[in-house]
Amino acid sequence: MANRSVTTESAPVRWLLIGLAIVILTLFLLLPLAAVFIEAFRRGSEVFIKALTEDAALSAIKLTLLAAGISVPLNTVFGLAAAWLITKFRFKGRSFLLSLIDLPFAVSPVIAGLVFVLLFGARGWFGPWLKANDIQIIFALPGIILATVFVTFPFVARELIPLMESQGSDQEEAAVTLGARGWQVFRHVTLPNIKWGLLYGILLCNARAMGEFGAVSVVSGHIRGKTNTLPLHVEVLYNEYQFSAAFACAALLALLALLTLGLKSLVEHLSGHSAKGH
Amino acid sequence: MTVAHPATILGLVPFSSSFATAARGANHQEKDMLTTIRVAGDVTAQGVKVAEYQDGRVTVETGRDRVTGWPVPRVLRGALAGLLLAVAGIGAAPQAVQAETLLNVSYDPTRELYREFNEAFSAYWVAQGNPAPTIEVSHGGSGSQSRAVVDGLKAQVVTLALGGDIDRIAAAGLLPADWQSKLPNNASPYTSTIVFLVREGNPKGLKDWGDLVADGVEVITPNPKTSGGARWNYLAAWAWAEKHYGGDQTQVLDYIKALFTNVPVLDTGARGSTTTFAQRKIGDVLISWENEAYLIEKEFPGETEIVYPSLSILAEPPVAVVEKNTEKNGTTAAARAYLEFLYTDEAQELAGKHFYRPRNAAILAKYSAKLTPIPLVTVDKDFGGWAKAQKTHFDDGGTFDQAYGTK
Repeated sequence: MANRSVTTESAPVRWLLIGLAIVILTLFLLLPLAAVFIEAFRRGSEVFIKALTEDAALSAIKLTLLAAGISVPLNTVFGLAAAWLITKFRFKGRSFLLSLIDLPFAVSPVIAGLVFVLLFGARGWFGPWLKANDIQIIFALPGIILATVFVTFPFVARELIPLMESQGSDQEEAAVTLGARGWQVFRHVTLPNIKWGLLYGILLCNARAMGEFGAVSVVSGHIRGKTNTLPLHVEVLYNEYQFSAAFACAALLALLALLTLGLKSLVEHLSGHSAKGH
Repeated sequence: MTVAHPATILGLVPFSSSFATAARGANHQEKDMLTTIRVAGDVTAQGVKVAEYQDGRVTVETGRDRVTGWPVPRVLRGALAGLLLAVAGIGAAPQAVQAETLLNVSYDPTRELYREFNEAFSAYWVAQGNPAPTIEVSHGGSGSQSRAVVDGLKAQVVTLALGGDIDRIAAAGLLPADWQSKLPNNASPYTSTIVFLVREGNPKGLKDWGDLVADGVEVITPNPKTSGGARWNYLAAWAWAEKHYGGDQTQVLDYIKALFTNVPVLDTGARGSTTTFAQRKIGDVLISWENEAYLIEKEFPGETEIVYPSLSILAEPPVAVVEKNTEKNGTTAAARAYLEFLYTDEAQELAGKHFYRPRNAAILAKYSAKLTPIPLVTVDKDFGGWAKAQKTHFDDGGTFDQAYGTK
């Protein structure tokens, strides 16, 4: 072997390590994924399609898309603003803000859900006021969106901060000296530089928003056809012994995840090309 | 399909209005064609349209009778249903405010019963000349469901596993303290009891409560702190032990300790325990609701069998109208009718069919081949009522904590 010098380990050790990695990957990733799809189609594609087109499933899909559709744009705007602030400026409390952005990663989603119950539940801090004004937050759409926004808060910002940090602010400064205004700097200088990272962050954020279970479960109220998101609907079906239907919905979620991963790879591929082109 | 009104996208307008408009537009061209309507939840009906109302609802002639409900646009039945619904009906799911929406917050094993019952009630309510109600259901551990209602889940009726859980809602001021006297039979339209479910052939020879504490027997039961069914399980075991040991409290507590030493998984709700036992195949015996046990026999034929112990408990799952919530929505009459309908012959038959013990003696007799009569203790006579039983056994520092904590 010509490139033997690259690795010092002997061939058997290398094969052992590679084999181990493959076994672990198969056991923990491929097998469960395959099981979801096999179980979903075990009673035929008719059951599969019916499970996804019945009213409760449709409403769950709709609610999931709606929750993601609202929380992802919100968190994109927030993530952009936060990353811009943190990387282009130096100010007091900057590192505190950074840790604050990471908070949703550190907190268990169940706690996140319970906090909202504590704040907005009938006996919560704002409960009496909400009740007096006839506003329903917990066990309704606003609660589900709040929980989703909270849990997916850091994704875009976390993706952008290292990228923008490494790029520095030389180009922006140059643009400013040439007379560009704030918005022009952002549109023509910052955004083109970060677009791939931004897209990547949005994809991750979306994947999590659609898949979130814990926090949403606490604030959902589990009303069939109304406040059940797709992950919650999977649990409901499973508890009703409708295993094929449960796995059909799970397969849809898995498909969404695979789609996200596919798009992610595409983004990486494209961004790699554009980087080389520079 | 018309373009969704901007307000709909913002979630300001209940979704039915935009859909109804679309459906009405479509129906102009196809007057004689069949119209599909949504009556309640998953229930749909199809027929020739005979009337159309201001709020978008239509009445159709199905051939058998006339049914009123929300029209389902044709496109929604197509293959692209999911996507279209998601794009056009955005803002829809959660706030579809309709004249009479009843939310029934129930416990775990009633899913199948109420699915059928809701259809029966809808048909009955419409036959009474009312618009078709939308009936929503939420299921979970009885204790957690009760807590959710207290925390603001807008239930119109609660149908829970035990009185204590409704008492908690009453304590929060959402319904009157004397709720149990508002309906016949302690406000329990059906009863049930606690039985054992063992593996096919009963390989460990489990016949009675005493056998459950033997070495190497794995017992599956949910957590009495969160599950109503588990509390019935616990009290049934306690009643047997009390009788067996002649009332010696130390021995009874030792028995309970030994019982929970044999529990490998403590799920939060009855349905969780059932899945643990039946689907995940953990444990030798499931202490279970009678109806749940028969349901498993039906779902997993030939894998399990039911054992009736020498003594069990009369479980009275109660129902109540959450008056504070219904008054606000003006649904008190419908909510009352919903619960009263549980006592009709039709509903009692449904209860028997789903392996609950109907209160109606004649209907119960019809199902007695399965619902075996066995000696049953009651909470009121043998445990001094739920308030006392809850305090003695399940509140912090109660006998369950003593038994489980010092394991």
